[in-house]
Amino acid sequence: MTDLITIFVVTALVNNIVLAKFLGLCPFFGVSKKLSNAISMGMAVTLVMLIASAATSVIYNYLLVPFEVEFMQIVLYILVIASLVQIVELIIKRTNITLYNSLGIYLPLITTNCAVLGITLINSAADYTILESVVSALGGGIGFTLVLIIMSGIREKLDVADTPPAMKGLPIAFITAALLALAFLGFNGLM
Amino acid sequence: MGQERNKSEYGVRQNAGAVFWKELVKGLVISNPVFILTLGLCPVLAVTSSIDNALGMGAGVIFVLLCSNIIISAIRKAIPALVRIPVFIVIIATFVTILSLVFEAYLPPLHESLGIYLSLIVVNCIILGRAEVFASKNNVLYSIADALGIGLGFTIALIMISLFREVLGTGGLTVFGSNLFNIPVLSEHPMTFFISPPGAFLVIGLLMALFRWIGVIKGD
Repeated sequence: MTDLITIFVVTALVNNIVLAKFLGLCPFFGVSKKLSNAISMGMAVTLVMLIASAATSVIYNYLLVPFEVEFMQIVLYILVIASLVQIVELIIKRTNITLYNSLGIYLPLITTNCAVLGITLINSAADYTILESVVSALGGGIGFTLVLIIMSGIREKLDVADTPPAMKGLPIAFITAALLALAFLGFNGLM
Repeated sequence: MGQERNKSEYGVRQNAGAVFWKELVKGLVISNPVFILTLGLCPVLAVTSSIDNALGMGAGVIFVLLCSNIIISAIRKAIPALVRIPVFIVIIATFVTILSLVFEAYLPPLHESLGIYLSLIVVNCIILGRAEVFASKNNVLYSIADALGIGLGFTIALIMISLFREVLGTGGLTVFGSNLFNIPVLSEHPMTFFISPPGAFLVIGLLMALFRWIGVIKGD
């Protein structure tokens, strides 16, 4: 149990997927302009990460390792993630139309989101069991959502701030992210 | 993003050589993937802590981009429009697997330090973007020029960022084991902040602002 808590804290805070591992930067800068969008995107990514991690860790532990074909993992994982995203999209569309409307446009984008493929590759590289992979995915997803929410809160304020013209938009967002990453370095002390 | 015009096939009468050069230069400067289109940012921040990693990543992206652009433009008429994205992804994933195996066999230290970012070339939006916007609509020759231009533009951006980070963060410059120079005081007390993750965000943000200020890039 302590192991699982450690994995969760490490992936969510210490090795935060955005600020320490640099994964999922496109949605981090693209979708963090409004708080409501950030929450929807964070939820969609967490959901896909959880399902994808469970599926790929089954594939890794019961297919790739026994048959010694680990080099096939990139091709297999990307296909699994792409088809899972399609299935999740269909299911949400049929069962919960409100959720679909708020997640709608973000779901297809997640296929090429490196955070999802990244977390599955990290799980395989660390030889996690299925349960550990799911916990690590949960940590990754919550870490992603947390940073996205913090960032969108700051950027809503930044929009009305008086920044120099050359800094407007992306450059100031990067510098804000630098300060945020610096703050997250403090979590290293947790371990 | 989305500043690039959606191009269709060039007219047959145009001089092939001139178009080749135009496509090559376009990727280097006018639509530099990192600073102007801001595509494929994840590896840019992750691997630029040393110039060795930047060069290795750049070479890897050029290889995958070149191979996937050649194959996709060669078979573009045979790919059904409905399933084109999965086809592109499988082609790209195949070349990334080849690249990863080659690096593991011949450059094990580089393979180790690039880690998962080498595998993550598969979801790099630059490569899928070029397949969708360019290679699926143009012939093989122009697709090669496009791949080289965009690939080199990406590599140059990586080298620029890693130069700042390595020189400031370690106080010297070491390329593949050979030490080029050391800055007297800085090498004893390096600003390690620049090779840590926050330094990556800061350097790329400041470089972008600098390019906008001197007018190379137009702001939003």
